[in-house]
Amino acid sequence: MAITKAAPPESGAETNAAKTTPPEHGSGRRLNSQLVLTLVLVLMVLGQGPIRGALAAPVMQSWMTVFVAVMVQALPFLVLGVLLSAAIAVFVPASFFARALPRKPALAVPVAGVAGVVLPGCECASVPVAGALVRRGVTPAAALAFLLSAPAINPIVLTATAVAFPGDPEMVLARLVASLLVACAMGWLWLRLGRAEWLRPPAREAYDGQGRGAAFWGSVRHDVMHAGGFLVVGAMAAATLKAVVPEEWLRLAADHPVVSVLALAVLAVLLSICSEADAFVAASLTQFSLTARLTFLVVGPMIDLKLFAMQAGTFGRGFALRFAPVTFVLAIAVSVLTGAVLL
Amino acid sequence: MNRQAQAAVLFLLGSALLHAGLTDLYLRYVKAGLRPMLLAAGVVLVAAAAATVWYEWRARRQEPGHEAHVHPEPRVSWLLVLPLLALILVAPPALGSYSALRTGTALQQPYGYAALPADGPLRLNLVDYAGRAAYDHGRSLRGRQIKVTGFVALDGKGKPYLVRMALNCCAADAQPVKVGLTGRIPPVLRPDTWLEVTGTYTARRAKDPVNGGPIPFIEVSGAAPVPAPKDPYDETWNN
Repeated sequence: MAITKAAPPESGAETNAAKTTPPEHGSGRRLNSQLVLTLVLVLMVLGQGPIRGALAAPVMQSWMTVFVAVMVQALPFLVLGVLLSAAIAVFVPASFFARALPRKPALAVPVAGVAGVVLPGCECASVPVAGALVRRGVTPAAALAFLLSAPAINPIVLTATAVAFPGDPEMVLARLVASLLVACAMGWLWLRLGRAEWLRPPAREAYDGQGRGAAFWGSVRHDVMHAGGFLVVGAMAAATLKAVVPEEWLRLAADHPVVSVLALAVLAVLLSICSEADAFVAASLTQFSLTARLTFLVVGPMIDLKLFAMQAGTFGRGFALRFAPVTFVLAIAVSVLTGAVLL
Repeated sequence: MNRQAQAAVLFLLGSALLHAGLTDLYLRYVKAGLRPMLLAAGVVLVAAAAATVWYEWRARRQEPGHEAHVHPEPRVSWLLVLPLLALILVAPPALGSYSALRTGTALQQPYGYAALPADGPLRLNLVDYAGRAAYDHGRSLRGRQIKVTGFVALDGKGKPYLVRMALNCCAADAQPVKVGLTGRIPPVLRPDTWLEVTGTYTARRAKDPVNGGPIPFIEVSGAAPVPAPKDPYDETWNN
């Protein structure tokens, strides 16, 4: 961000995005971001015809549809999470969480994990809320347990699971138990091994000293722009995989018990399906064992491409790079164990 | 990206959601039940844009040159322009035959079979027909004239299917239900055109080459092109 040299007028959006600090605000030659935005929009409108032509191939259309669908589906939940996060940051005093959660972090972890029940919605909502909890002084271990459990164990998701697996009601219990176990285990693991410097949330201005309205809307704006940008990255990755990777590959994996569990775990990460809908997709993967499908349901809401991008944006890349693989491995292990006991 | 540009992106994003939610555009991408949330999110985003402009204007009036200590948002925020353009300018169509042939049939055993009207031609939902044909041995379908609607998909060998995409949340989880066409198939079939097929039950089955799922057939006696339905996806499994 420390670029001070004036940009040549023809430089693209990429380089100008960084140059928003306005010490040289008055210099007429510099493109500011409004101008870039207007130029991009005008160019796209003028170039509509050729752009549409280039996107007419079936694979591109399918990519665009899935990309837009993931965004349109996730944005309302992101907005819900962002509003909650802003409300936590502005209207809930930090002392509330100190009273609501057990003093001992080791006990706060399971309490926060179970508290995930109250956040209705999918994983896009839980990332900004967990970020707000950390900033509000909640011990990171507890906030992380909440982050992992909320998308998997809320009533909407469990009901959807029950509807999708009418013949196997134990699937709902297995999903609840396995997801809670992973969430708590990750929280406790963070208590033992986690280091504060891994959590490096991007700089944001302090809201103290502003009016409540300004602070609330400032937080909403910041979170939508920030998490939204990372959501786009995740949606693009998910659309690419959905449009390009053929599903036949799955068939080859289904016959082998170990490979099938790993295959569905990887699939859950790649597809990045909303946790309210993943049970239906799991139900249609009939060639796989119930344990493999449980793995799909436990891994998906905790770590997928979209979530990884959003976690990296909210908590910092160093955190996401460590947190995501451990979550992935632990979620698989716990799912297999739970499957062995309950299914 | 500075505050004004952020406000513009928030406003455009909000109005794109409102536009999609107020027309039938959103049905190409998400389930019908998501509409209230879409509209609410659109309103919140537009409000956030208005609030950004208002507080920026006020801060500037109180303290000229206040921008100097503002944290700019990261470059990744610029990516939000992409879904905006995709939704406003391109508005990609609902998933069609390309996705249908790459994905295995999602047909599942129905929980039960509702009673059908006793006489006249039967107008059945394609998913309903497929479920009865594949899992009920066509018991309720024998000897009846049946009409089903779906879009055409042709596999690599040119074999025709009539398809509905079933959806639970958004197009990313959409899965096809396929019915094979046999009998008097129209000589020219274009993929992705919507047809109302008139025909009778046949016991013929095939296995989906993608996931081994069951594909029932229908013995076609006639077919007529119809406009695409308002909601291109089948959402019967959502209830």
